[in-house]
Amino acid sequence: MPKDHGIGASSKRREDVRFLTGEGNYTDDINIAGQTYVHFLRSDVAHGTITNIDSSAAEAMDGVLRVFTAKDFEAVGGIPCGWQVTDKFGEPMQEPKHPVLAEGKVRYVGDPIAAVVAETPELARDAAEAIVVDIDELPAVVDMKAALTDGATKVHDDLTSNLCYDWGFVEENKAAVDDAIANAAHVTTLELVNNRLVANPMEPRVAIGDYSRGTDDYTLYTTSQNPHVIRLLMGAFVLGIPEHKLRVVAPDVGGGFGTKIFHYAEEAFVTFAAKAVNRPVKWTSSRSEAFISDAHGRDHVTKIELALDKDNNFTALRCETYANMGAYLSTFAPSVPTWLHGTLLAGNYTTPLVYTNVKAVFTNTVPVDAYRGAGRPEATFQLERVVDKAARELGVDPTELRRQNFIKPDQFPYDTPVAVTYDTGNYHATLDKALEMSDYANFDKRVAESKSRGKLRGLGVAHFIEACGIAPSNLVGQLGARAGLYESATVRVNATGSISVLTGSHSHGQGHETTFPQVIAEMIGIDESQIDIVHGDTSKTPMGMGTYGSRSIAVGGSAMVRAAEKVINKAKKIAAHLMEASEADIELADGQFTVAGTDKSVAWGDVTLAAYVPHNYPLEDIEPGLEETAFYDPSNFTYPSGAYFCEVEVDPETGEVDVLGFTAADDFGTVINPMIVEGQVHGGVAQGIGQALLENCSYDDNGQLLSGSYMDYAMPRASDLPSFDVDHSCQTPCTHNPLGVKGCGEAGAIGSPPALVNGVIDALHRGGYPVEHINMPLSPSRVWEAIQSMK
Amino acid sequence: MYNFEFVKPATVDEAVAALQAEDAQPLSGGQTLIPTMKQRLNAPSTLVSLIGIDSLKGVSEAGGVLTIGAGTTHATVAAEAGAYPALAALAGGIGDPAVRNRGTIGGSLANNDPAACYPAAALGSGATVVTNTREIAIDDYFQGMFTTALEEGEIITAVKFPIPEKANYQKFEQPASRFALVGVFVAKTADGVRVAVTGASEEGVFRWTEAEAALSANFAPGAIEGLSASADGLIGDLHGTPAYRASLIKTLTKRAVTAA
Repeated sequence: MPKDHGIGASSKRREDVRFLTGEGNYTDDINIAGQTYVHFLRSDVAHGTITNIDSSAAEAMDGVLRVFTAKDFEAVGGIPCGWQVTDKFGEPMQEPKHPVLAEGKVRYVGDPIAAVVAETPELARDAAEAIVVDIDELPAVVDMKAALTDGATKVHDDLTSNLCYDWGFVEENKAAVDDAIANAAHVTTLELVNNRLVANPMEPRVAIGDYSRGTDDYTLYTTSQNPHVIRLLMGAFVLGIPEHKLRVVAPDVGGGFGTKIFHYAEEAFVTFAAKAVNRPVKWTSSRSEAFISDAHGRDHVTKIELALDKDNNFTALRCETYANMGAYLSTFAPSVPTWLHGTLLAGNYTTPLVYTNVKAVFTNTVPVDAYRGAGRPEATFQLERVVDKAARELGVDPTELRRQNFIKPDQFPYDTPVAVTYDTGNYHATLDKALEMSDYANFDKRVAESKSRGKLRGLGVAHFIEACGIAPSNLVGQLGARAGLYESATVRVNATGSISVLTGSHSHGQGHETTFPQVIAEMIGIDESQIDIVHGDTSKTPMGMGTYGSRSIAVGGSAMVRAAEKVINKAKKIAAHLMEASEADIELADGQFTVAGTDKSVAWGDVTLAAYVPHNYPLEDIEPGLEETAFYDPSNFTYPSGAYFCEVEVDPETGEVDVLGFTAADDFGTVINPMIVEGQVHGGVAQGIGQALLENCSYDDNGQLLSGSYMDYAMPRASDLPSFDVDHSCQTPCTHNPLGVKGCGEAGAIGSPPALVNGVIDALHRGGYPVEHINMPLSPSRVWEAIQSMK
Repeated sequence: MYNFEFVKPATVDEAVAALQAEDAQPLSGGQTLIPTMKQRLNAPSTLVSLIGIDSLKGVSEAGGVLTIGAGTTHATVAAEAGAYPALAALAGGIGDPAVRNRGTIGGSLANNDPAACYPAAALGSGATVVTNTREIAIDDYFQGMFTTALEEGEIITAVKFPIPEKANYQKFEQPASRFALVGVFVAKTADGVRVAVTGASEEGVFRWTEAEAALSANFAPGAIEGLSASADGLIGDLHGTPAYRASLIKTLTKRAVTAA
């Protein structure tokens, strides 16, 4: 019988009561007395020199407080990058200044040139239209390979070229990899694109700056996944405001998917401008603005080669990737194609030699940064595509080729050739589970049934491994992170026994307010309703690093467990005193402290009351109160994995792909709330299918965004998706965190694109069209063209 | 959106009078006009709302002709045009419920979006556009994308559809907008077969006359097997090349004939 509370129970999401009844408190719901509004005048050309800005007409308009341009920010720093990658020659990456407002040049369509602060949003927009900007247009740098040719126009004049870095990993293995590929019995090669995406959280970004002249305190309300990180980056590197004078609040946030991790210029602007005009300043992004100002995702161009011996064992893997950085380095952009990508290229396999080369390139496009999965989807996609192609070339079943090359269950912990050590896993188990769930054995019958209707049916297989629970601080520090990646929690027990957990993790849809209390409830044995989560406000919670990289439960949850353990240890001391027993004999279960071997007991609430009303209390030994804080720094990443099967039907006349079924057999280690985990997989798979089938962020040669609205940028809808078949019963708990959890937020988006593409390719082959590859999204026209190319 | 004046007359005459104002524009369901105004791409000085004019609403059938008031929403046509099932089905597939409950047939035909559904139905059916001043045969009405025979200040009041023996509309949706990437309306009447294509051409909705001739001789999908639609003048964009759209025209025409 399933549990109805605590770890493993599908407790209903308590936060949904307010989200589904319009009671949420999103940043745009916050309005401060005297608030003003900013409108950003953004570049409509991709590249050019600003020769003049005449804002006199705008400034003269009634209701306009002030017009800002780059000259107002001369004393202010640039938007910092949070990760420095060292290239294969040992040199630091090229890192251009990223000004709050464009300095001298515009570098992408959407680059903010000027900002108008006015009494109303409409006035601010009207005034922005009255600003005259003269720009001498320059050639736009759009194509990555062209950007690296001699004589290419430079995005940044002060850099030597458009190359941010040329990274090799593992550089010492390069010669051995080259040699293995040169001497392999079989080499499968594939060139592919991981398409650029727009994250499109349901809530666009919003920022409100507030400043008190009386106290010299600043407050920034912002749609962020990590308010402390914003406070650190913006306070220390941009505006020079010390932490104790700067509060950052990220209240309810309507989806992030990575794009709300980063520190954006708009946040620094409203904070700076609030003091300059001595009024609160609010910015609310329109959806159109989001397309050209939220960091984009993915955008890799890759060549991958897989070498196999005569027995079909993988012997080496070599990858060459061009990774688009866009016009400036967004907060974590350099880490995505390198450490979040190269370290995953062993996948689920025993490939002994791996080498990847990544060239990160500046272009006149919106900055590119982490998007659900961040580097790991790109690694998984290329690896699972090339493995699938190899199986086809060798005439072996794609599941069997994978099984043969899997790391075996008894090989864990497993040292990969790409620096990471997988602690646990059982890839055979998830594969077997997916085979069963997808009724793989009867697939041929379904192919025949489709054929009778003139349709081509295919089944795509993909496995994935991801590195989550980001990350050990000392390790990422060596790799170039300019921050630690621990997490914090305070467990604050109130006098009557109820508990507030202050966490540095941030919930923007994940359900922390439900799952975190389940853990505490399990540990203490009190009802979940007695526990609340506080997050998203630097004035309330200890310094925390926020939520991304499927890290909340693995790192933030671990910090919470550590703090709760401290609380329980202290509570046991109090209970021992109350029952006149030895502390060593005290046991806690179901909210009752008992003395082992006796019938003595005191309730949780009696102990907590004693802590705050310490009349009968060991004051000589311990302090009153019951509140503990822990900072948890993980000793390793966690490694969720899974087997994803996607069954599709292709209409050969139109190229339309119908996703008929999707099977996800995941190993997330311990699962706190199965319903929420299932929902996370559903959302991730929907996003992955969106990338594979629909979403296409496309620029023309002039750097104009062709898919700048939902008229041309196709988001997945319920009608595009099948009913997912999701399982997470294969559990190999993480060995190095207290809950055994691995994280589940990104898995769906990582494993599903190769499953879908492999399925379509399978359908085409079975239908007599031996297409090798189609770049995502597999739109009807692209699939149709691939079919035509085989006729 | 810029500021504008808003008037909501109760009769066609009042609306025609109100449209005399400089830069005045008629507003029906607003499913195209309002978004373009919100993007500041259109700035009429006065919006003359037609939705308060009761005489522009309703669906009626007489003598084999279905007459639809210009201000009738897609949802109403879907629900009440049972005398012409292919037309009702087409209306029920436009946009989403919000669009269908605001958008009107008159607004759609006056706008003449090259990817809209109604132009295919009107052209494919050999409809007649009725305005406040005249009746316009559909073959004279469409004059290229977003262009029609309507004069300045002229208002569509109704559309008359002769009900064919058989008809069907096949829409292949553009993945993002869900407008027709290509839509084909086929109608078989005593006078022959009409095939109207939307979504595909740089010039807006058009008739595929070779297919009409073949299908008039033999109303079966096989009748056009040997034909191919020309890709000349077809739209090429992110969502498909002219050749792809040409291929869809043929595929959808065959499917419409089968389904009719």
